Amino acid sequence: MSERKIRYFDNNATTPVAPEVVEAMLPFYTELWGNPSSAYGFGHQVAGHIEAARAKVAALIGAEPREVVFTSCGTESNNTAIHSALMAQPDKRHVVSTMVEHSANLKYCEFLRQRGFEVTYLPVDGGGALDLGRLEAALRPDTALVSVMLANNETGVLFPVAEVAAICRRKGVLCHTDAVQAAGKIPVDVRQLGVDLLSLSAHKLHAPKGIGLLYVKRRTRFQPYLMGGHQEKGRRGGTENVAYMVGFGRAAELALERLAESSRRIGALRDRLEETLLAAVPDTVRNGAKEPRLPNTSSLAFDFVEAEAVLMLLDQLGICASSGSACTTGSLDPSHVLQAMGLSPMRARGSLRFSLGSTTTEEDVDYLLAHLPGIIRRLRAISPLCAAHPDNDRYDVAAARARQAKELTSLANG
Amino acid sequence: MSDIYTLYNETVMDHFMNPRNLGDLADADGVGEVGAAACGDIMKISLKIKDGRIEDARFKTFGCGSAIASSSMATELIKGRSVQEALHFSNQDVIQALGGLPPVKIHCSVLAEEAIKAALDDYLKRHPAPAAPAAQPT
Ligand SMILES: Cc1ncc(COP(=O)(O)O)c(C=O)c1O
Repeated sequence: MSERKIRYFDNNATTPVAPEVVEAMLPFYTELWGNPSSAYGFGHQVAGHIEAARAKVAALIGAEPREVVFTSCGTESNNTAIHSALMAQPDKRHVVSTMVEHSANLKYCEFLRQRGFEVTYLPVDGGGALDLGRLEAALRPDTALVSVMLANNETGVLFPVAEVAAICRRKGVLCHTDAVQAAGKIPVDVRQLGVDLLSLSAHKLHAPKGIGLLYVKRRTRFQPYLMGGHQEKGRRGGTENVAYMVGFGRAAELALERLAESSRRIGALRDRLEETLLAAVPDTVRNGAKEPRLPNTSSLAFDFVEAEAVLMLLDQLGICASSGSACTTGSLDPSHVLQAMGLSPMRARGSLRFSLGSTTTEEDVDYLLAHLPGIIRRLRAISPLCAAHPDNDRYDVAAARARQAKELTSLANG
Repeated sequence: MSDIYTLYNETVMDHFMNPRNLGDLADADGVGEVGAAACGDIMKISLKIKDGRIEDARFKTFGCGSAIASSSMATELIKGRSVQEALHFSNQDVIQALGGLPPVKIHCSVLAEEAIKAALDDYLKRHPAPAAPAAQPT
């Protein structure tokens, strides 16, 4: 590993584990490692710590502790929410979601669709906003669930989930929200939102990767996704990952404590970064509406350059950022979120996401601002594209895609 | 050299960081532009051809690091070749000269081959009397 300083602008991908969180977790590896389901005190004493952690994560979202089911990640929470809504209402076979959800939601919806369920993916406008009239019109008597994210991981754009949930309540449809990107960045309150189900992932708020939660509102019919032991009151089988639950609890406590202060500080840094870049680099636009938006996220399109090349040059300087979501890096298609917002392929390919966090400093922002405009200038000098020629429209894209697909299959088979 | 992008070897990184033959040729004899943003990369190659031989080659590329490296290397390779030789240029030449490309980036070398052929097509269209005899002596 190199010793150079890392400037981390990828907090929507993951965050460092807070030292307080590591400290809270350690005893559960060294001393308190028993199985909480045991009959003897050595194991059973651990159960109390799980419940204390549950109370802390519940407080972060304004839930009752018993409404919290610990899961292994945000992905499991999303999958479980959709699975449960369909399995607990076997007469209903339709799900409403959006085109800009995380793949943890979209891939599961696609899986269901291929098995005979129906899914409506709502479109968004150029600013990334939903049309609530369209959402309401999409609801049917056999709609089991509406799943709409609270904050978009790529653009930070917020959906009016409270209004969505109110529509769902009127129509008697369950409402789930993926709040993975929102927690710790903006206030999240399940009562104010009025949702039945809500997903969180701990690694976005300074706890380890590999733990999340699903909020299940009291009296919501629920069908477990992982079936086994009676853990989590029979709602999720599997011996508890006690250390991670405790870490998640501590991180939630810290997030709540620091929320107002840190979102104000991070918001000011983000605004400075964004406004300076928009002013300093011509042919640059923000993706998504300015507000309502997460205070830490900025998605910018730098016309005429390709994002991966920018990321490589930033990486040379120790700057970590991303193009689209980290999960899709390596895929050949541009971000589904930016495409859904109607960005041209050129613009979607030239989009970068900067997501700030509690470790981001003024100096990190200065460093980025000192280097990025030059990198864009350098790559634009290499690019054949410009305002008068924003794409090569003489090329047969369909034929090229077919060729590429054939190459990739032959690679996979060879 | 970056220890994170081990995806790319040193030659690829070198051609990405210090591209050769960058730019356009004002009095080009053949120009080819292939690819589209929807596919991820666009390459434009300009050729200066004299007596059936490629005197100069320049590129401009919209694309990832390996697309830039592939076009940089491709222009290096075809300079000095005859039009006939260049018509047989293959993406394998680029991959070999770069010391290999990651599998998901092979299409960058294919695009470089396409760009060269498109530039040669353009040249042959503009100069219908083919310069075939030039490749004769020796
Ligand atoms: C909006 C959103 N939902 C779900 C997830 C998945 O969470 P996890 O990585 O814990 O599975 C992520 C992050 O990767 C996310 O950004």
